[in-house]
Amino acid sequence: MDEKVKLIEESVKWAQYLGPGIAMGLGAIGPGIGIGILVGKALEAIGRNPEASGKIQTVMILGIAFTEAIAIYALVIALLIKFV
Amino acid sequence: MHISITAETLFSIFAFPVTNSMIVSWAVIGVFVVLSFFVTRNIQSIPRGIQNCMEMVIEFILGMMDSVTGNREETKRFFPLIATIFLFVIAVNWAGLLPGTGTIGLKEIKEGHEKLIPFIRSSSADLNFTVALALISFATIHITGIISIGFFKYASRYVTFKNPLDFFVGILELVSELSKLISFSFRLFGNIFAGEVLLTVMLFLVPYVVPLPFMALEIFVGFIQALVFAMLTLVFVKIATVDTHH
Repeated sequence: MDEKVKLIEESVKWAQYLGPGIAMGLGAIGPGIGIGILVGKALEAIGRNPEASGKIQTVMILGIAFTEAIAIYALVIALLIKFV
Repeated sequence: MHISITAETLFSIFAFPVTNSMIVSWAVIGVFVVLSFFVTRNIQSIPRGIQNCMEMVIEFILGMMDSVTGNREETKRFFPLIATIFLFVIAVNWAGLLPGTGTIGLKEIKEGHEKLIPFIRSSSADLNFTVALALISFATIHITGIISIGFFKYASRYVTFKNPLDFFVGILELVSELSKLISFSFRLFGNIFAGEVLLTVMLFLVPYVVPLPFMALEIFVGFIQALVFAMLTLVFVKIATVDTHH
């Protein structure tokens, strides 16, 4: 009985490599799409009104930092699982 | 390959551990103090040389802040804090790219095997530093709001009993303040720490020409993260002072 438990334990050890991978992979989907939409809209706006491109650029960079932060949270969790 | 999520302590001063990221931030402070002393010793009306460089940097920061606040008065009022955050964070981010980061250090024997404790590690890759900066920004935002609007008016944004909808909006605002704290610190920490891990892995795989685009990316990311931290602090301070709905 004890040996069976040990065998099961040993055979699931690969899961520790899967955890960080899934965490980061799934966590990058949302922000990736979000940043794509954001920059697309910003480009449209610059195309419509090239004079305001300075303002649009500034707000776009801020928006990108916000959405990228979500991906960074996922990365921190992945690193925590792997190294701590 | 040596990656550790916490900054490693080099030595202790009377049971206060001194980590490598602390030493890097002290070195950056020393560099700034010495630089500003020598630049301001002989200020001239028509700048030349290093004074010209510094004035370019200051004009850039003032321009960025003007685009958020809208008038020079407010910009000058908040300039010391925002410029300090920007310059300190950008210097500390770029210090993680110096040659010798992660490679030159002390060899110690812990738990049976040898570990390398590097001398240089970017301070922003240390969660203590980023949380401290986030707390400073947080305190500035709220204290500025209280000073400019008044304590009860400012508190009525978060805890109000006028009608049930406003009450719930107030609770949501409280939660969002907490999330701002976490997001400030983790954004900077995650970006810089992930950059260091990426560079460590890249240099471990192919030491010679291939990591160059990644170093360029890290230079850019260091600049953007410093800019975002300073600008977000400024934006939230502005929202806290201007916002008087009802």
